[in-house]
Amino acid sequence: MAHNIMMPAFKVQRDEERCIRCGVCVRQCANNVHNLDEDGWMWVQDDKCVACHRCAVLCPTRALNIIEYPLDFRGNQHWTPASIREIYAQAQSGGVLLSGMGNPRTYKNYFDHLLINASQVTNPSIDPLREPMEMTTYLGNKNHHSCGEKPQLKLDIPLMFSAMSFGSVSINVHKSLAVAAKSLGTFWNTGEGGLHPDLLDFGRGAIVQVASGRFGVHPDYLDNSAAVEIKIGQGAKPGIGGHLPGEKVSQDVSLARMIPAWSDAISPAPHHDIYSIEDLAQLIETLKVATRFEKPIAVKVAAVHNITAIASGVVRAGADILVIDGFRGGTGAAPMRIRDNVGIPVEMALAQVDSRLRDEGIRSQTSLVISGGIRNSADVMKAIALGADAVYIATAALIALGCHMCQMCFTGLCNWGIATTRPDLTKRLNPHLGSERAINLLAAWKHEMMEMMGGMGINAIESLRGNRLMLRGIGLSKEELGLLGVKGVGE
Amino acid sequence: MLLNEGQVRIPSGCAIAGIINRQGQGFGGGKIIDCIANMHQRSNGLGGGFAAYGIYPGFAEYYALHIYFDCKESRNDCERYLTKNFNIRLQEPVPVRKQARVNNAPIIWRYFAQPKEECLAYTQLDEHEFTARAVMHINAAIPGAFVASSGHNMGAFKGVGYPEDIGEFFRLEDYQAYLWTAHGRFPTNTPGWWGGAHPFTLLEWSVVHNGEISSYDANQRFLQMHEYRCTLQTDTEVITYSFDLLMRKERFNLAETISVIAAPFWSDINDERIKRLRRIYGGLLLNGPFSIIVATGNGLIAVNDRIKLRPLVAARKGEFLYVASEESAIRVVEAHPDEIWSPGGGEPVIGLLADRENLLDLAPHNDSIARPA
Repeated sequence: MAHNIMMPAFKVQRDEERCIRCGVCVRQCANNVHNLDEDGWMWVQDDKCVACHRCAVLCPTRALNIIEYPLDFRGNQHWTPASIREIYAQAQSGGVLLSGMGNPRTYKNYFDHLLINASQVTNPSIDPLREPMEMTTYLGNKNHHSCGEKPQLKLDIPLMFSAMSFGSVSINVHKSLAVAAKSLGTFWNTGEGGLHPDLLDFGRGAIVQVASGRFGVHPDYLDNSAAVEIKIGQGAKPGIGGHLPGEKVSQDVSLARMIPAWSDAISPAPHHDIYSIEDLAQLIETLKVATRFEKPIAVKVAAVHNITAIASGVVRAGADILVIDGFRGGTGAAPMRIRDNVGIPVEMALAQVDSRLRDEGIRSQTSLVISGGIRNSADVMKAIALGADAVYIATAALIALGCHMCQMCFTGLCNWGIATTRPDLTKRLNPHLGSERAINLLAAWKHEMMEMMGGMGINAIESLRGNRLMLRGIGLSKEELGLLGVKGVGE
Repeated sequence: MLLNEGQVRIPSGCAIAGIINRQGQGFGGGKIIDCIANMHQRSNGLGGGFAAYGIYPGFAEYYALHIYFDCKESRNDCERYLTKNFNIRLQEPVPVRKQARVNNAPIIWRYFAQPKEECLAYTQLDEHEFTARAVMHINAAIPGAFVASSGHNMGAFKGVGYPEDIGEFFRLEDYQAYLWTAHGRFPTNTPGWWGGAHPFTLLEWSVVHNGEISSYDANQRFLQMHEYRCTLQTDTEVITYSFDLLMRKERFNLAETISVIAAPFWSDINDERIKRLRRIYGGLLLNGPFSIIVATGNGLIAVNDRIKLRPLVAARKGEFLYVASEESAIRVVEAHPDEIWSPGGGEPVIGLLADRENLLDLAPHNDSIARPA
């Protein structure tokens, strides 16, 4: 193996005056950063630190701090420290760079260039403390000629938990989100890893995924669900499949996925029975028949360049719900180059797809759900005003459960018990507390959304949907405004 | 430069009023003028107008086109177009009376017209559809011409000014109508364009409206999917097309239509059918404050937004039904009504002619009226 010439990314600082040598940090760090000798000497291996903050948060005397490693390269605007370090890493390993969570780069974030309207004088704002404020949303085909026969999902809040498979995340994440979704009157998504037997009771609250690996798909799985989602692609890694390393395929994971334990679980890049849009139509029809036309069928695609044509095809192929995942969408593992360079922002994809489906007169045949980097209730409001029926969140939900965004999910060594299947780490996430935190987060967002809607003089979420006059763009070019279908500030 | 209505969206507050004699007995325009004049403060002199039904019994089988022209050339262009496509039984200036407070009036003519048989045969359109398209064509393609109304046996009289002055200007006391609606406007920004005043009409439909619809863009984008183009950027236009879509095209009755545009809260809906309607037509829920009066030759309905953010009062006296933004506007013409009440949010007040009790009858009978191109 080549000689490692890379300095650590982070530096662990210990305040010797505060440290009481209790050893909590040693026990908490699955990366073995902290070490306590028999003679009471504490030492750290900075190069193993991923800045997950587990040790610092749990340190009883606040003796620990973690900073970016202060050794600067000579300043260079082109060869940034990250680009240099990535070359060191590849020269060392000879491999594809792996990463977790969503695209962290500084691409333009359209949500941050949109501002929300409020009523003044000509139109009264509505006080959500005194007046009802309706957030109920139905997802499914609402084509007026066939309605009544088409199944609908009823959401008490236009937010759902997005797909994260058991295996990529721990069973306690699934438990937390399943309980939270039930309590909030919304849905969670199994991801492509099947359903753990402990969660059979929560199947009816779940959107179950059918992905290219077909892991865990069987008649009872489809039956015991609220809806079925065909995963074509994912915003973090459009165009490629997935790889759950054998180390994470524990007995439980092997049961849920219906594959041998400790074997790699590889999802192919395409579904090998879908090589074109008409094949997708067949799979949609097959799943509708398999579920006796009782459940909406969703299709999830990544936001890519020609997303409008893709979306139109997917809707015409019979998708009751179209999910578009933007390039900020998270993942347990993706090649870094793909995560950081493939796909387009979901805001733009959403605006274009909503307009295109309306122009084609097929918008009511499908519900539009978007995902990928939704950070707060304002992002949700903006997405709905651009045209979304509902929004999926996953990264935000994991942060609520304790994720510190160290982006190392693919190692399986998540110190917060989230992106791991190791029992000793998994148990660090208490599903009772986890569900409570997820419920709190969404309840808080719901309150904020009600306040913003009331401010606009709107008391039902459907009056916000596609209501782009409620948005103004700031710092956007005319062309961008045109593509988003919003006016500029001051207009 | 100020833009005309249609080029810019202008929110406005307003006064509205409507009176119907359910036996179809005509009465002069003085009554509705008194009614709307009593709410003078609700307007600001930048728009007033009236719709009157039953005013042209001698020409009942003709489309009565009230058309505004900016200049003589516009009129010539328009008349060339009209004579090519319509048999015109009578054309004349709409009688007006000079008024100190009404200025910059356009040239105002009326035409009693029927589409030419050969034109209908050639286009394969029925006469309602043909006429509606002609109206759209004139408004869009003949500069300086605007069709203020185009229904049978009815007319709209509107302009820039206080409604009572507009009423005087148009000599409304000379007309006998069984159904009158009126509008006084308080726009927050206006170019003072006569065409932009209310009522808004489409063939027999007329709408007067007070409010600003917060769901405007959601509504108009929904309507767009059903081939309506909201060119005037007004809430009133959106309301008119919503009624046209739900009642004429989809054949929903009035109760169902109201359950869409002023939908009850989910928790208050027990009927599964109404729930389904709200799911499908959520995009037509008119959200935000409004009170509206929608009329056709068959009657009127008045309705508020679902949480009643704008005023609306109704009263009955014998065969008369009154609706207005304020009780005072009713009391001034009918001091002792049999019954007077304030309808709740989303609770329609319905006044149909006595022989048209079927709620569906509000919509014009011919199946093919006025589908905007």
